[in-house]
Amino acid sequence: MFVRSSTALAVICLSSSIAMAQGAKLTDPEIAHIAYTAGEIDIKAAKQAIEKASNKEVKQFAQDMERDHRAVNKQALALVKKLKVTPEDNDTSKALSKQASEKLTELGKLKGAAFDKAYIENEVAYHKTVDSALETQLIPSATNEELKGLLQTGLKIFQGHEQHAEHVEADLK
Amino acid sequence: MVRSVAFAVLLLAVARVSAHAATIQISVQNMEFSPTVVSAKVGDTIEWNNKDVLLHSATARNGDFDANLPPKKTGSVVLKKAGTIDYYCRYHPNMKATINVAP
Repeated sequence: MFVRSSTALAVICLSSSIAMAQGAKLTDPEIAHIAYTAGEIDIKAAKQAIEKASNKEVKQFAQDMERDHRAVNKQALALVKKLKVTPEDNDTSKALSKQASEKLTELGKLKGAAFDKAYIENEVAYHKTVDSALETQLIPSATNEELKGLLQTGLKIFQGHEQHAEHVEADLK
Repeated sequence: MVRSVAFAVLLLAVARVSAHAATIQISVQNMEFSPTVVSAKVGDTIEWNNKDVLLHSATARNGDFDANLPPKKTGSVVLKKAGTIDYYCRYHPNMKATINVAP
């Protein structure tokens, strides 16, 4: 129950932090930074899970997350270099990083099946939040077509991750 | 004479095989196999073209094949027996597709 409500709270915090930037239109360098940061956060979470998870399916899922988000972020870096865009830190990416490091600490205190469950629940919630941010804010705000295209590809990939996480979560029950 | 007849038979045999065996292309892009259902015959080759930057696989549920599909690379298998083969990606289990193999 505690895990569930804290996950729900994290989702609300995350949603509102992404919504903070809604007033002012996000620029392409800001969007690039948010998308890259979102990927890095999931890589860090995956690394922790690869080390701590006890369930084989959870561990494999974490390995898939690390490999996929690395591949996407590598492509994102190549694109910003090509477009000569310098990703800009902003309130949204700062809030994302802060919440993620709090989550890492929280999950770091858990062990065994409790960790597996909390990690997967957070992965479902996190991918949902990022997918919704991509769909409703980042993709519509992006002006460069190539950046928009990359974000659209990212959305397809992250939606796949969300379904995968939901599947693993169901298997744990 | 005998030799040239034998050669002609051989040529014919080669032509027969190549006329029958086809290569069927399946694209792998944005976490999807496309088309998701294909029809093929025993002896045909299935070639997957992975256009994603991600590692994928084409893994048969019945164990018939397990092709690794590295990012931006192709992978193929030759169909050995008839039947309906459901396959998926080991790394993204929500990616699913089917090959109907006729004898």
